[in-house]
Amino acid sequence: MTAGAVPRRRRSRWGESLIELFLRLNGFIAIAIITLIFVFLFKEGIQALRTIPVAHFLSTTELDFDSVPQTVRMWQPVGTNPKYSILPLIAGSLLVAIPATLIATFFGVACGIYLAEVAGKRTREIIKPAIELLAGVPSVVIGFFCLATLATFLQDLLHTSFRLNAIVGAVGVCFVIVPVIASMTDDALRAVPDELREGAHALGANRWETIARVVVPAGASGLIASILLGLGRALGETMIVLMATGNAAQVTWNPFESVRTMTATIAAELGAVPQGGEQYRALFLVGTILFTITFAINLAAEVAVSRMRRRLAL
Amino acid sequence: MRRAVLEQIALGILRGTAWAILGATAFLLGSIALGGAGVITWEFLTAEPTEGMTHGGIFPAIFGTICITLFMIGMALPLGVCAAIYMVEYAGRSSLARVIRASVNNLAGIPSIVFGLFGVGFFVLFVGRSIDRVRGGEMLFGQPAMLWAAATLAALVLPVIIVSTAEALNAVPRSHREAAFALGATRWQTVSRVVLPQARAGILTGSILSVSRGAGETAPILFTGCAYFLPRLPVAHLTIPFTGLSVPMVNPLDQFMELSYHIFIMATQSTDAAVTRPIQYGTTLVLVGLTFLLNLSAIWLRARYRRRLVAS
Amino acid sequence: MQRRTTAAIAVAGLTAALAWPVLAANNITVKGSDTMVILGQRWAEEYMKKHAEVAIQVTGGGSGTGIAALINGTTILANSSRPIKPEEIEQAKKNRIDVVVFRTAMDGLGVVASADNPVDHLTMTQVGKIYTGYISNWKQVGGPDKRIIRYSRESNSGTYVFFKEHVLMNRDYAADVQTMPGTSAVAEAVSRDPSGIGYGGVAYFANNPKLKILKIAKDEKSGPISPLLPDGRINYEAVWSQTYPIARYLYVYSAGQPQGPVKAYLDWILGPEGQEIVEKIEYVPMPANKP
Repeated sequence: MTAGAVPRRRRSRWGESLIELFLRLNGFIAIAIITLIFVFLFKEGIQALRTIPVAHFLSTTELDFDSVPQTVRMWQPVGTNPKYSILPLIAGSLLVAIPATLIATFFGVACGIYLAEVAGKRTREIIKPAIELLAGVPSVVIGFFCLATLATFLQDLLHTSFRLNAIVGAVGVCFVIVPVIASMTDDALRAVPDELREGAHALGANRWETIARVVVPAGASGLIASILLGLGRALGETMIVLMATGNAAQVTWNPFESVRTMTATIAAELGAVPQGGEQYRALFLVGTILFTITFAINLAAEVAVSRMRRRLAL
Repeated sequence: MRRAVLEQIALGILRGTAWAILGATAFLLGSIALGGAGVITWEFLTAEPTEGMTHGGIFPAIFGTICITLFMIGMALPLGVCAAIYMVEYAGRSSLARVIRASVNNLAGIPSIVFGLFGVGFFVLFVGRSIDRVRGGEMLFGQPAMLWAAATLAALVLPVIIVSTAEALNAVPRSHREAAFALGATRWQTVSRVVLPQARAGILTGSILSVSRGAGETAPILFTGCAYFLPRLPVAHLTIPFTGLSVPMVNPLDQFMELSYHIFIMATQSTDAAVTRPIQYGTTLVLVGLTFLLNLSAIWLRARYRRRLVAS
Repeated sequence: MQRRTTAAIAVAGLTAALAWPVLAANNITVKGSDTMVILGQRWAEEYMKKHAEVAIQVTGGGSGTGIAALINGTTILANSSRPIKPEEIEQAKKNRIDVVVFRTAMDGLGVVASADNPVDHLTMTQVGKIYTGYISNWKQVGGPDKRIIRYSRESNSGTYVFFKEHVLMNRDYAADVQTMPGTSAVAEAVSRDPSGIGYGGVAYFANNPKLKILKIAKDEKSGPISPLLPDGRINYEAVWSQTYPIARYLYVYSAGQPQGPVKAYLDWILGPEGQEIVEKIEYVPMPANKP
């Protein structure tokens, strides 16, 4: 070791810690962004409660034409008597997200199982990239497709009175979340060790029985995680529902009626409100609620994934 | 006997769903291709919209999309790569690393409209207005601008970059790092000279995927900088002092037109939906074509990279 | 490779840094009414053809968007199809912006149904009751036994607000009213829906064979008036005299007294050339004898 090496090592150690500090700051960027999002959404949204009583976010009472007091659950923030009930918006989001997740779970899980367990190598090389390409289609394109083609197609097929309704939105959202569920299911099932499959075969199970009773239960946490992520994605989807659901703020459980989701409300109204006004803050509050719901769902998915990893000892 | 029948039915259903998904995708893309194929001409791609946007081309939207994605990638790539390096090389398997990974995954699941709210609430109103207050001038930074829209998109695609960079870094065999350490290299030297160069292809793949994602997102830019119709491109002329030369430059404080926003506006708010239908299809086809090209090249790159790594 | 990349990044950073003093472009921003956006765009296009040094940037988004932008200071001119509210003027004053009002055109707000619908005319009260949910079936107004599918604009639209105040008498829209992002979307939706009803600036509905513009009667006793003349042109007299009950002004609001190029542009809009464009777009020009 020459004399010159010692000062060089000290210099490089100083530089090393600086670089490590810089990288560590960057490492926290994701945490920082999530925190900032929550802080800034909450900061604006909570101010809505200054002028709007909390109960009004559920329902208000109003006199109707015959001066009889009625409970009103409406979101109509513009007018002499603005109404801020979020119930129609939550109902709308659920009425799109739940059918979409149900349909997409069926197709996505089945496709994932097919890819992982049944498909030959060549089939896999066609279908897997096709699913990835579908995942890459921008949601505004899918929304446009729903508006221009799918809505009329479904109305002719099902004879609904509303051309733009929750089901059209749900089918559109399916296009977005099927790739998510399918590829995560595929990954989860491929992670299941082969010994389990071989054991089942040794005991005389055929392919379907192996899949249904051995592989899928083993990969169940991964499947659940994928479904949860799909649900979160469905709740958060904006452009498709904005273009395809008709945007009527009503509390209904009929998926063939027009609905208005939380996301579409924010997208449609935020550009038009003066900053700092009451409606502006109410929209941020809706955003905070949306963020909290999807955050909770994603957290649940994380837990499911880590449980899957632990169980398969990865 | 019955078990075998059940098996055939079940496998048939599985196969059917996979091909049904393919069929639906083909229907989606086919209808767009059919509607838009006749519209794409060189003029469509290079001309400006005219006559109340019922005729003409979509060049400003294409230009705006390219600008915004370049700005976005310029912000997201350094941050994302550094974050991934820290996650993989320095934090290792500590609980801190798990928290970071969990938050990256969570960031990936945040709805895009929430990013839009964040862009308005944080970038435009907080950061922008603060800069204006410090400058003491009129409102310049505190309004929707390409800069803030790019920052919002950068936050959105950050998980894509972090995850693909981390994947690429993890794919580099540990033996390479150990060899470098054995030769006396510091950690940063190892990362920068041994690991990172090998992860280049993976990082490139991540960048391409994030560009494709950013070009297709509409909700985050709805209120942070997009415009319905601009008579000029967001370009300003910068005079270099002492030379009198005037250099055209993209002005990050200007608003811009964008492909995905253009599709949305044309489909829902154009003045005559029937007349502009071909333009809508054409714009959609251009955007889909763009994202496809990007995704395909990313997939091809990743396949080639994996093959090379397996072979090495 | 590393040194070249660093150099490239440094150059890019330097160029970006030099760009910061460049101000946001020197142009006239116009934001607001979707009803007026075709008008606003055509005004801008024609004016820029003659005055190439001025750049006019027109954005839609609804009257509410435009007025909000005016209050927030992000636009100089705002198009609006509804009058600005006193509280909005107050808020603008708080941001040190004095709003100046210009009436630039008029519009007969059309109520449309599908061309296949036998119903031909409605009274104002009937339209109000339909949109507030008290009348839900076409047979209640002399049509077939079908549920009425209502289409409206978004709440940021001046048309929405004007309709709510003058036709619904400040009552709420029914919950199942579908909100469309623009009048052309309303037109398209009603043209595809045989039991639909919609409203919006007449310019969007005229010349559409799939739509029927309904005649509106002020009350039971008056005769129903159409905003169109029998030959299909807009009935200026009916709008000017307000015998067509849903007639309104189209406004341009300016942030402060207009100066320089903005003033020239506004003068041009109110002058013969601008008003001629109003006619071409099938809105109603300002009556010659009113200021």
